[in-house]
Amino acid sequence: MEWINKLLNKNKPASPVQAEQALKPLPAAQAITLEMDIAPNDPFLAYILHSPGVVEVDKLKLESPTVSQLRSAGVRLAVPLVSQGELIGLLNLGPRLSEADYSSDDLHLLANLATQAAPALRVAQLARQQQIEAALRERMEQELRVARVIQQTLLPKEVPDLPGWKMAAYWQPARAVSGDFYDFIYLPDGKIAIIVGDVTDKGVPAALVMATTRSVLRSVVERHTTPGDVLTTANNLLCPDMPPKMFVTCLYALLDPKTGLVRYANAGHNAPYRRTAEGIQEMRARGMPLGLMPDMAYEEKEVCLLPGEDVVLYSDGLVEAHNPQGEMFGFPRMRELLTIPGCGNELIACLVDELKAFTGPGWEQEDDVTFVTLERLPLADPDLLAEFDISSQPGNEHLAMEQVNELALAVGVNPKQIERIKTAVAESTMNAMEHGNQYNPERQVHLRVLSSSQKFVVQVTDHGGGKPIAPQVEPDLEAKLAGLQSPRGWGLFLIKNMVDEMNVREDAEHHTIELVFHQTGGVE
Amino acid sequence: MSQKFQAQVRQQPNRATIDLEGEINGAVDEALNTAYSLAESQNPAVIILNFNQVSYINSTGIALIVGLMARSRKAHRQLAVYGLSDHYKEIFQITRLVDFLTIYEDETAAAASN
Repeated sequence: MEWINKLLNKNKPASPVQAEQALKPLPAAQAITLEMDIAPNDPFLAYILHSPGVVEVDKLKLESPTVSQLRSAGVRLAVPLVSQGELIGLLNLGPRLSEADYSSDDLHLLANLATQAAPALRVAQLARQQQIEAALRERMEQELRVARVIQQTLLPKEVPDLPGWKMAAYWQPARAVSGDFYDFIYLPDGKIAIIVGDVTDKGVPAALVMATTRSVLRSVVERHTTPGDVLTTANNLLCPDMPPKMFVTCLYALLDPKTGLVRYANAGHNAPYRRTAEGIQEMRARGMPLGLMPDMAYEEKEVCLLPGEDVVLYSDGLVEAHNPQGEMFGFPRMRELLTIPGCGNELIACLVDELKAFTGPGWEQEDDVTFVTLERLPLADPDLLAEFDISSQPGNEHLAMEQVNELALAVGVNPKQIERIKTAVAESTMNAMEHGNQYNPERQVHLRVLSSSQKFVVQVTDHGGGKPIAPQVEPDLEAKLAGLQSPRGWGLFLIKNMVDEMNVREDAEHHTIELVFHQTGGVE
Repeated sequence: MSQKFQAQVRQQPNRATIDLEGEINGAVDEALNTAYSLAESQNPAVIILNFNQVSYINSTGIALIVGLMARSRKAHRQLAVYGLSDHYKEIFQITRLVDFLTIYEDETAAAASN
């Protein structure tokens, strides 16, 4: 009877089932692999490491649980398989089939066999261990792939497609999953909430916090209207369950696509950059990251994006990337990049290209990279609808007002805007007739009416060019009521308050005031 | 073209209402101020301007209303209005006239408060 006892889990105690199976007598001439654990402090272990060679179990005088087990199982010889000073197995032999004792030749043969077999067994053990680890790695990678797919479902499937606006988003995790996120939430009043967040750390822990934060923000947005309130409430909900040393930076912006107004609050996130005709502006607002301390207040700010302007929201991944020389990409480089004329229409592609060029080939991405861009498209040049002349006589502003009214109705300007247009056109025509043409009936006021899908424009031209224009005094109602200022002087004030833009042009002969009304569409 | 302006005064207990009709612009200065003088002849606590039939007010018309506000203020008399369209309510807000006179939705609301 021959048994082979392999030690695979020698540091763990054997289970009763394993022991029972191991000690069951076996049929003759049959070999079996027995799982048997030997405790690290078992004297048998010390004995065989210090006295290499075949152990005659019956002759061994040692108080050892293992030896007792071997004897109970009828083992006569135990042949230790030792590799690099470590016991990796035991070759156990029962009585000879002939019932004769094992000879010294037998013991010598077994010792030689053990010397040859031990390294081979070790190699087999290592190969098996690698297979197990590879399978484990594959399973973890598969789980991460699934996690990434699940996380991607938490991000918007598409960016909002709004007339007059162009939005884009980019999300690139440093690992399989990310702590960065962005979101677009459509609100019932037509506004859109735009969120960019960045959880401290990367990988799975950050991804789990990201998923929670996104859900909390989505639920809060339904019940709170201002960006500051949204962040305060979300922070209070996140604080109790935020893991130690973790927090979330978050920029929350509320866009009214009809007006271009963006109201925003910031929980410690990078300040977005706004690109205007005057240059780059940082959209700063004070606020602590989410999840650090409860009951925080978040400052709210507001900007109005004009046609042709855009905003870029971004996480740390770009500005904190390093090149092979250890230099950081940094905010100044990003800010400068935004001013380059070529880095215009496809801003995200430009930023990603610059990041790749900066970090060079073989760059191991250090942090998650996220961008969201929000561009108010430039207004298209309007088409000329009509042009006509008005004789400079008191009351003729009605002629101008009615003709422009008909044209505005024809192109579908909404009724509330039409009233503003009528007032602005009437006042401009009155000013042109009175101040530009001195109510000389021979002098005409020339009106041009233009329209595009985005704006309605009226240009009012008189013959007052080349003359100094008297400075306008801002109406002061208290002063007027007290008799300190003329009750008149409301014309230009009214015009400015009726239009979205007012432009004045002048040459040696003519003076033109251009009234621009942005088309908001629909009835307000 | 411009509509003819008319102003009718109704004397009521403690108040006088001026029913305005047509356009209010610089050309109606005399007619408007005459109506106002008539309205204040019985020394009412409040004078109410009814804009229900007013089709158009321009900047010179705003100036005339400011003149009436100055007169009422000097006499420590309340000035109120009703019947303004949404557009002219907006203009009264932009010009801050609403800070110095009371706007009512209609005559019933104005009468109930005066």
